[in-house]
Amino acid sequence: MKSPQFDYVRPGSLDQVLDLLAEHGDEAQVIAGGQSLVPTMNMRLAAPSVLVDVNHVPGLAGVELCGKWLRIGALTRHAEIACSPEVARHAPLLARAAPYIAHEAIRNRGTFGGSVATADPASEWPACCLTLGARIHLASRKGTRTIPAEDFFEGVYQTAIEPHELITHVEVPAAADGMLYGFDELARRKGDYAIVGLAVQARIGAKGPMKLLRRNDQRLSEVRLGFFGVAETPVLAQQAAAALEGRPLDAESIQAAQSALADDLQPLSDLYTSAEAKTHMTRVLLGRVLHALSGDHSA
Amino acid sequence: MSEKPHLSVLDRPNSYIGRSVPRPNARRLLAGRGQYPSNVSLPRMVHVAFARSPFAHARIVGVDTEAARQAPGVVGVFVGEDIAKICQPWVGTLEHFAGMKSAPQYPLAHNVVRWQGEPVVAVVAQTRALAEDALELLLIDYEELPAVTDPETALDPDTPLIHPELGDNLVFGSKVEAGDIERAFAEADLVVEDEFHFGRHTGVTLEPRVVVADYDPSEERLTAYHGTQTPYQMQDVYARHLGLAEENVRVVVKDIGGAFGIKLHVHGEEMTTCALSMLLKRPVKWSADRLESFVSDIHARDHRVRARLALTKDGRILGYDVDDLTGVGAYSVYPRTSAVEGNQVIKLVGAPYTQQHYRAVLKVVLQNKNVMSQYRAVGHPIAFTVTEALVDKAAAELGLDPMELRARNYVPDDAYPYKSASGFTYEGLSLQRSLEKLKEMIGYPELREEQRGLRDKGVYRGIGIATFVEITAPGPAFYGVGGARISSQDGCSMKLEPSGKVQLAISVNELGQGTETIVAQIAATELGIAMEDIRVVTGDTGATPYGGAAWASRGAAIGGEVTVRAARALRDSILEVAGASLQTSPSELDLRDSLVVSREDGEELISLAEVGRIAYFRSDTLPPGFQPQLSVVRHYSPQGLPFAFTNGVHASYVEVDVDTGLVRLLNHWVVEDCGRVLNPKLVDEQARGGVAQGIGMALFEECLYSADGQLTNGSLADYLVPLSSELPDIEVAHIETPSQYSEIGAKGAGEAGTAASPAAIMNAVNDAIAPLGGRVTAMPMTPERILRSLKRI
Repeated sequence: MKSPQFDYVRPGSLDQVLDLLAEHGDEAQVIAGGQSLVPTMNMRLAAPSVLVDVNHVPGLAGVELCGKWLRIGALTRHAEIACSPEVARHAPLLARAAPYIAHEAIRNRGTFGGSVATADPASEWPACCLTLGARIHLASRKGTRTIPAEDFFEGVYQTAIEPHELITHVEVPAAADGMLYGFDELARRKGDYAIVGLAVQARIGAKGPMKLLRRNDQRLSEVRLGFFGVAETPVLAQQAAAALEGRPLDAESIQAAQSALADDLQPLSDLYTSAEAKTHMTRVLLGRVLHALSGDHSA
Repeated sequence: MSEKPHLSVLDRPNSYIGRSVPRPNARRLLAGRGQYPSNVSLPRMVHVAFARSPFAHARIVGVDTEAARQAPGVVGVFVGEDIAKICQPWVGTLEHFAGMKSAPQYPLAHNVVRWQGEPVVAVVAQTRALAEDALELLLIDYEELPAVTDPETALDPDTPLIHPELGDNLVFGSKVEAGDIERAFAEADLVVEDEFHFGRHTGVTLEPRVVVADYDPSEERLTAYHGTQTPYQMQDVYARHLGLAEENVRVVVKDIGGAFGIKLHVHGEEMTTCALSMLLKRPVKWSADRLESFVSDIHARDHRVRARLALTKDGRILGYDVDDLTGVGAYSVYPRTSAVEGNQVIKLVGAPYTQQHYRAVLKVVLQNKNVMSQYRAVGHPIAFTVTEALVDKAAAELGLDPMELRARNYVPDDAYPYKSASGFTYEGLSLQRSLEKLKEMIGYPELREEQRGLRDKGVYRGIGIATFVEITAPGPAFYGVGGARISSQDGCSMKLEPSGKVQLAISVNELGQGTETIVAQIAATELGIAMEDIRVVTGDTGATPYGGAAWASRGAAIGGEVTVRAARALRDSILEVAGASLQTSPSELDLRDSLVVSREDGEELISLAEVGRIAYFRSDTLPPGFQPQLSVVRHYSPQGLPFAFTNGVHASYVEVDVDTGLVRLLNHWVVEDCGRVLNPKLVDEQARGGVAQGIGMALFEECLYSADGQLTNGSLADYLVPLSSELPDIEVAHIETPSQYSEIGAKGAGEAGTAASPAAIMNAVNDAIAPLGGRVTAMPMTPERILRSLKRI
C-alpha cells in the first residue's frame, strides 16, 4: 500500500496554486487535510503526478461573517468549525453536524473545502451545504465562479469542479431569527460514515415585519430536508418538505412528511444495509429530527 | 535441627504472586523502543510485494514478467515454480483426525488460484513502493473457473471440486455421541431449537504479519525476524520445507503487535520471503499492508449450526443435538489444520451442564475463499452461543429465570473430577460460585427492575448471561499425537550473573499479554530477589530453550510452572555454593532480599553478589572438587489431564433501538476462574481485550464475500472492528480453583473474554427484543438483521 511516485509542490499564494493547476490540469491533485486523498493514493486508486499542497496558502482558512452570508474558507479544519463561535451563532447546522465527522484526529486535519470537493455521498458537509443552499466559490486562472450547492454535487465523488479549479471558500446563508436547524445520522460506530443522515432547515412563523403582526403563527416555511448516505449525492426530499410547508410542526405534519418520503427517496443499499432497511431508517430519522426540533422550539 | 517445611513459591515472604505489578517491558514500549519485526532493517535488504489473484478460482494461463523485471529498482520477479523449486508444499492435516484430507499448498499459487487474494507472483525491489510499481507491469492471464462459495452446497454432486484429486470438497467429518439422544428427545417435555449463523471474521492485529528473512549462504543459515507467536514451530517448518538444518534456522521475535492466533499459522508469504532470501542471498522483507491482511491473514469462524435442546418440564437439561457445518476456505491450514475449531465446537456444546445424552455432527468443507483456521478462543464462542441461546429460549418457554435454569443444570462445584458427555474430564470448575458472584456483581434483581421500568417507557434493554468452560494449556494430546511438530512443553533457563542478578530465558513468549511479567514475578519470588533484578529473554530460538511458545492460553500454566522449577533448581544451586563457602549445609540456608540467610533465624549471611563473585572468580576458596553450577534449565509438559479446563460466566446489558436496529452496549461483566491468578491486572486486561473481540464478533465484524467469491469489505473503512467508543465498561472478577497438577496452580486466561461474550450479547439483544417478538440468531447482529427479526422491514 504505497503510493506511486509523484511530485510535490507547496505554493505560497493562491496565484501560484492556480498557475500550477492551469499547468498540470487533471494530472494535478490539490492536497489539504489529505484525509481521503492519502489513503486513496496509497491504495493506488488515485495516482496524481503532482500534489499541490495548499496548506500554506494565506487567506484560504477561517470563518467570517460577510453580510448575510457566513464565509468558510476551504482550508478551515473540521475542528475549527466545531468550536467556532461564529459558526455556532450564524450556522448552527454546521455546529451540530461537526461532531459527527469521523474522529478527533481526522477533524484536526480534514478541511471543509476538502470534504465538499471529495463529495462522498455519505459525508456531512455536502449535505449541510445542500440543505442550507450554500454557494461554492471556485477560482482558476480564467477567473472565479460561484456554483449553488444544488448544482455542485454530480455523483459519487463527482462535482462541478473543473481540473484547473480550486474551491476557495463556501458561503452559507447566516441564520436568521425563526430559523430551525436539525441534524442527526445513524452509524454503527461513532465516527463512521452515516448509514443514513439528515440535515434540516426550516423557518417557523412569519418572516420579517410580518412577525409582529402574526406572533402566534407557528407555520413552517423554507423547509429543506437534506438526506445523505441514500443516493449518489446528498438529496433534498422535496415532497416531504412540501408536506411540512405551511403547517405547524406537530405529530400530524411529521407523519405526513414521513409518508411523503417514499416519493422522494429510493435509497441505495450499502455493504451492510439493504435499500429496504435504509428506506425504513430515513423515515425513522426524519421523525426523530423533526420531533427533536419541535421539542427544541417549544422549549 | 529445625524441621521447617519447604515453602512453596506461593507462600514465600515478599511474594509477587497475585500482585498487580506493572509490566517491566512497558517503559521500553512506551518510550518507542519496541523491537517489532516491522522495524527491522538490515544492510542490503530488499522488499517483496505480491501480485494476488483477482479471482476466487481460476487457472493461471500465463505470466509475462518481462516489463516488471525491467522496472526501476527491481531485483527479481518470481513465479510459483521458482519458489516451489526450493520450498516444499505442505498439507494441513493431522493424523489423529481420522479421514481428514487437504491438498498440497504451495507458497505461491501453482497453476490454479483458489481464492481471491492468493499470492501468485513475487516482485522484489529496492523499496516496497518500487516493488508495487512493478506489480502493475505484470501481465497475468487467467482463465476463470466456477467458484464454490456456499458451504451448504459444497458437497452437492454438481458442485465443482476445488481440489479434484481429493474426490470431494469435504476436509473432515466427525461425530460425538453419548447416551441415547433419540430417546431423550422423544421423551423430553420441551424441545427448543434454532439455526445459528456465525460470519467469517479475522484478527486485525495492530501490527500486520511481517518477516525479514536473512539467509547467509556461507553457513547455510537462515535468520527470520518473524512476527510469529510460535517461533519454534516456524523454525521447524522453515527447516523442513526449505531443506535447511534445523539448528541453522533461527527465528527471532522480540515484540509483536498482537497475534490472537493469526500468527501461528503457515502462510505462503512468509515461506516465499524466506525462499527469496535463499535465492537472492540477501535479506528480504515482507510486511503485509492492511489490504493484504484482509485477503491473506487466516479468517475465522464461519459456521452454520443447527441445534436443539431437550429438557424436562422442571427444567432439567437432557441433552443437546448439534449439527455444525463450517466452511474453511481453499485449504486446511498448516500445520494445525482448519478442523480444530469445528472439533472443539462439537465437544463443547453443553459443556457446563450435566447432560447425559449428546450428539454433535461436524462437517468441515472447502470453499474458494481465504483460508480459515484457529483464532482466539477457537470454537468456544460458537459452542457457547449455541449452548446458551438455547438455554435462554428454554427458560422463556418454561417460565423460569435464565439464572435459575442454569443453576439447576450446572455441573455442581463439588462434583469434580467430572467427565462430560463429550468425553472431557474437568479437574475442577466453579460454575455455581461463578454464577453467584456474577449475580452479586451485576445487582441482578435491581437490573431486572430497571429493565421492566424502562420497557414501560418504550426503552428496550436486555440482560444476557453466558457460561463457558474453556480448554486451555493443552498437552501433547492436542497436536503432538497427530504428528505435528508443535511442542506442548516449554523450557526455561536461568543463570546467576556475577552481580547476583539473574538472566532468565524462556520459550513462552510475549505477545503483549504479559508473559515476561509473570515469569519474572514467579522467578523473583522463588529466588527471593526483586523483579527488577531479573532480565527476561524471550522470542529467540537461538537463545532460549525449545518449547511451544504462545498458543492456547499456555503462558501462565505451562510457562509459569517451568519457571518455578527452573528457579527452584537455581536456588538449590545457589544454596549449594553458599553452603560450600560458609561450610554449612544448604538445607540450613534460605534466600531473601538478594541475600543468603539462615533458614532458622533469618540471620543475614552473604549476598547473592558475593555468591556470584566467589563462584565465578574465587572458586579456589571453595572445597576441592566442588564445581558451582549457576546456570540451570528445566522443561515442563502439562501433567495429569490433557487440558486445564477453566470456566466462567459473562453478563451483558444492552439497549436496542428497536426502530433502527442499533445496539448500545451498556455494561459487560465477566467472572472467570483461571485457577491461581498470578497478576490480577494482567488477567483483567486479557479478559477485557477478549471481550472487545467478542463484541466485534457479536455486533460488527464480518468478512463479506460476493457470490463469486470476492471479498467486498477488505479494508478498515469497510470492515468494522469495535473502537473504544463502542466498548462499555467491562468489569472482571475472579474465582480461584487452582490446578492440583502443578505447583503454580495457574490455568489459561487469554481467551476467556472471547469465549462467551458474543453469547452474552446475543442473549441480551434477544432479551431486549423478545417483548416485540424479535429473535436474532446470526452474528454479527447488524441493524439489518435486528430490523428484519422485528419485522420492521
